[in-house]
Amino acid sequence: MAIGWYLVVSALIFCIGAAGVTTRPNPLVILLCLELMLNAANLALVAFSRMWGGEDGQVFALIVMVVAACEVTVGLGLIVAIYRRRMALNVDELNELHG
Amino acid sequence: MSAVLFFIAAIIAIAGAIGVVMLRNPFYSVLALVIHLIALAALFLLLRAEFVAAAQVVVYAGAVMVLYVFVVAYVGGEDEPLTRGAAALKILGPLFALAVAIELCIAMLGSALKGISGKGAPYVIGFGTPEHIGRLFLTKYLFAFELASLVLLVSAVGAVVLARRRRGLEDVDEREQKRFHPDRPGYTGTMSEAAGFRRAVPVAPSEAAGAGNGNGHAPEPEPEPVGDAQ
Repeated sequence: MAIGWYLVVSALIFCIGAAGVTTRPNPLVILLCLELMLNAANLALVAFSRMWGGEDGQVFALIVMVVAACEVTVGLGLIVAIYRRRMALNVDELNELHG
Repeated sequence: MSAVLFFIAAIIAIAGAIGVVMLRNPFYSVLALVIHLIALAALFLLLRAEFVAAAQVVVYAGAVMVLYVFVVAYVGGEDEPLTRGAAALKILGPLFALAVAIELCIAMLGSALKGISGKGAPYVIGFGTPEHIGRLFLTKYLFAFELASLVLLVSAVGAVVLARRRRGLEDVDEREQKRFHPDRPGYTGTMSEAAGFRRAVPVAPSEAAGAGNGNGHAPEPEPEPVGDAQ
């Protein structure tokens, strides 16, 4: 398959993830949609690595995985802390910071 | 053959992604993401990125998703509305995403770039194996590698600090005691019973059945703190 088709799949997954981030109210699902967007970026990086025949893109993809794992850990910690405080798991109601 | 495999994996990956966004129950969203990640690992294999595909399955679909499942089981995965309250965001969000998708597809399929319309560089033996990736990590990208380990350590410590129970002061204890609303039937192993804020009183079978079919917010007789029990 031509590399362009992989990039099209990557773009579609990224946009589905972006739609989820902007519409879903639950912070847990928003984290899942962030994973979707990071994975779409990973697919594009690996596709470009195949295109050029060098492994640098795959190294970037692995680093993105590490960053995604960190983001998940901290995000889930925040969600557990919110749940412990008996606050609603809804990003529209968690709006004390923006006033 | 590779074209057939590509389309199967791509359709499963996109269907999984749509499932993550469209399913109402967060638990099913997590399971859809696992399917999506495995299909994406198949796409990585088609791109001859064996080590990345293995890491994707083991680290992502294995470890990270187990973490998600634990947290969903802890906070309770209930069905919920798909969209937020604000009407403008409800329409503008998907519209924006659709516009970006169309624009990116036009940009990539309509461009006459030779690089992305070919099958990529000729395959050399050992491309994408752990040996090559490891050599790159320990030579050219050593700084990123070390920084990644530091970031992992910081995030692990941060998660423990964020999610721990804050105890130690008496007035804080009393405040926590008030915060535990009696929204679950007694004697079902709630955290407040384990911490001693509620007395574990066995409920009658008829009450338990009545609590089970509702929305989980069965009325409970007064929560009795242990300190005032005598």
